[in-house]
Amino acid sequence: MSTITQDSPAAQDDHHDDHHHGAPKGIMRWLLTTNHKDIGTLYLWFSFIMFLTGGAMAMVIRAELFQPGLQLVEPNFFNQMTTVHGLVMVFGAVMPAFTGLANWLIPMMIGAPDMALPRMNNWSFWILPFAFAILLSSLFMEGGGPNFGWTFYAPLSTTYSPDSTALFVFSVHIMGMSSIMGAINVVVTIVNMRAPGMTWMKLPLFVWTWLITAFLLIAVMPVLAGTVTMVLTDKYFGTSFFDAAGGGDPVMFQHIFWFFGHPEVYIMILPSFGIISAIVPAFSRKRLFGYSSMVYATASIAILSFLVWAHHMFTTGMPVFAELFFMYCTMLIAVPTGVKVFNWVATMWRGSISFETPMLFAVAFIILFTIGGFSGLMLAITPVDFQYHDTYFVVAHFHYVLVTGAIFSIMAGAYYWLPKWTGNMYDEKLGRIHFWCSVISVNVLFFPMHFLGLAGMPRRIPDYAVQFADVNQIVSIGGFAFGLSQLIFLAVVIKCIRGGEKASAKPWDGSEGLEWTLPSPAPYHSFSTPPEIK
Amino acid sequence: MTSKHEHYYVPAQSAWPIIGALGLFLIAFGAGSYVQQLKTDGGSGGFILLAGIAIIIFMIFGWFRTVIAESMSGLYSKQMDRSFRQGMSWFIFSEVMFFAAFFGALLYARMIAVPWLGGDSNNAMTNEVLWPGFEAVWPLVMTPDGTRTEAMGWTGLPLYNTIILLTSSVTLHFAHVSLEKEKRSAIAIWLGITILLGMGFLVLQAEEYIHAYQEMGLTLSSGVYGNTFFLLTGFHGMHVTLGTVFLMVLFLRVLKGHFTPEKHFAFQAGSWYWHFVDVVWLCLFIFVYVL
Repeated sequence: MSTITQDSPAAQDDHHDDHHHGAPKGIMRWLLTTNHKDIGTLYLWFSFIMFLTGGAMAMVIRAELFQPGLQLVEPNFFNQMTTVHGLVMVFGAVMPAFTGLANWLIPMMIGAPDMALPRMNNWSFWILPFAFAILLSSLFMEGGGPNFGWTFYAPLSTTYSPDSTALFVFSVHIMGMSSIMGAINVVVTIVNMRAPGMTWMKLPLFVWTWLITAFLLIAVMPVLAGTVTMVLTDKYFGTSFFDAAGGGDPVMFQHIFWFFGHPEVYIMILPSFGIISAIVPAFSRKRLFGYSSMVYATASIAILSFLVWAHHMFTTGMPVFAELFFMYCTMLIAVPTGVKVFNWVATMWRGSISFETPMLFAVAFIILFTIGGFSGLMLAITPVDFQYHDTYFVVAHFHYVLVTGAIFSIMAGAYYWLPKWTGNMYDEKLGRIHFWCSVISVNVLFFPMHFLGLAGMPRRIPDYAVQFADVNQIVSIGGFAFGLSQLIFLAVVIKCIRGGEKASAKPWDGSEGLEWTLPSPAPYHSFSTPPEIK
Repeated sequence: MTSKHEHYYVPAQSAWPIIGALGLFLIAFGAGSYVQQLKTDGGSGGFILLAGIAIIIFMIFGWFRTVIAESMSGLYSKQMDRSFRQGMSWFIFSEVMFFAAFFGALLYARMIAVPWLGGDSNNAMTNEVLWPGFEAVWPLVMTPDGTRTEAMGWTGLPLYNTIILLTSSVTLHFAHVSLEKEKRSAIAIWLGITILLGMGFLVLQAEEYIHAYQEMGLTLSSGVYGNTFFLLTGFHGMHVTLGTVFLMVLFLRVLKGHFTPEKHFAFQAGSWYWHFVDVVWLCLFIFVYVL
């Protein structure tokens, strides 16, 4: 991608069209905006608020599990905490953070004036706060909020669920609409709005990974809508999709849910790959190793993601043929993922590496995400999965890929692009403190969970056998430390917005891409006239 | 990508999206409350839901009026047109996946869940111990817990409806051809016929539902056969309704002289949507009625 050059340095925003305007003032700017940067900012702040909300719920969970026996909360409330923690983190924190990054960066990276459908873009965002208001308000209603796990398996979500389940269903419906519209916007922007000369194989990998992610979103969010609809009719309208008495099957719920759920997992990691593929070359001062293999690997992971859903269901009594099919397909995913990890490491090989905060998070991502990938490979093996299923080993696995994977990459991306967004350098010292606090505490938090799971501690239960007490205490301490560490990040961001050393247009020596040809902070409207890419 | 730069229209601030978000909020919250209040009767959920729907209709009118005005005043470039077309295609793809979830449920119930309850695969004891005497047949006219119903045949109303909908796709195509040849009155006639066929379909489907509920005992709650039957045909019917409204708006715009052979995205989108609804019906007819 070093072939991207800017024709004239003045390709920024000095030719305003007359109806173009600067940023309006006040609250209405944010309510009515059609600007991709404003909407990106809204998504990112929303995501961070949800991250702290979901994090607070995790703190409740870890406080309860600090000691064996029921200590602080009722079991039903504990179940609500695990459920809503999952829903908030998946749909409120990780996905909007990626959409926020996409909004901010994709138009700048491909030399477009804005997203393709700017008004719909605003709609996609503003649905989210309303959707989460509904979801979170159900916690305070009679009978409580959703308590069936974020996977809402039937019959927990149908026969045994609280009255407020309908609110959960409809809030998921509108979250899904938001995601689908956001994804359509991303696809159309990438396909239709690239600057002249920005051919497919010149696209930054963040754009490529988001294109594929958006395709996955459009394909599976409607399936989630179908699933919650069937839960709704089973609970309130007397259907029996998931009830054997009427000819249905609770296992059918799991098939439909995971047909959505497994691509969803990749929706939450593919954009990370794009971010890491931008940061690692920048701080190694080398071109990315194996650009085209990265693109093909991303596409392969996306295709395979539709063929592996039942590895979440090895213990449901599927025929042996199905167990083998899903086992082999799942293990196959390790190949393209391995290609990616290899390429990142090869990019760093003999590079002139410096370890600013984005690079620290990126390197931690590569190591820790790989640990999560390996435990995933263990879980993919059907016979041993019978042992690991629904234990803390699974919890450890998916938190390694989601926290040290997705969240760490978002942190890395935030540090990397903050100078571009705010025009100021963030406080490097504080950033490094944030990194070291996070990376140590997150391993204290999640690594011992592997041992708890292997020793047989089941997940989603507020009490446990006394022999797990010591390790749980360590895990909880790690949890509190990780939670508090994230407040440092908040401090860094606020400090950076309010001032600091002025950032140049290209504050990182090795970074490449059109966004670095714009001044920092990036002007309100960029690339009204598309740049020429050679 | 354009070789020569055209101006891409980025609209200024707009109130319609936030109004739409508010409308969806009221719909979701209202529907969620209404469904809970079904058992207790009373409560304000239904009113909140209606208010939400009213706001959404208001938003659609306002938003579309803005877009049509922008389009008619020539603000949209070819590139913009492509954005709309691609956006519509991906929206239709998402709709396909929504129906796929229910078709998936139908096929799973029919090919796996029901046979297994009847003892198939390695489930002999499931049948023997849990549901003794249950016989796996499709359509499932008697559920494991003994709810009886009747199967809907494919001749009669469903067959008429298939013919109606297939014909409507053809007439809509003729309307499109007339548009490309710029024969104004022919567009209106063919489009009008398509709308009438769509309405005819809906009337017949209503009649079929009444027949199913009153004479056959086939209801939404009569086991997984009734579940899949009503959810699939019901969601399809909602799409036909929406498509008919879409075509009516196009009809009014044709009368007003909108659309040229080169620029008629809205017409194209309506036509794509209608053909999609038609294809879904064909799958429905095969998998729900005939097979």
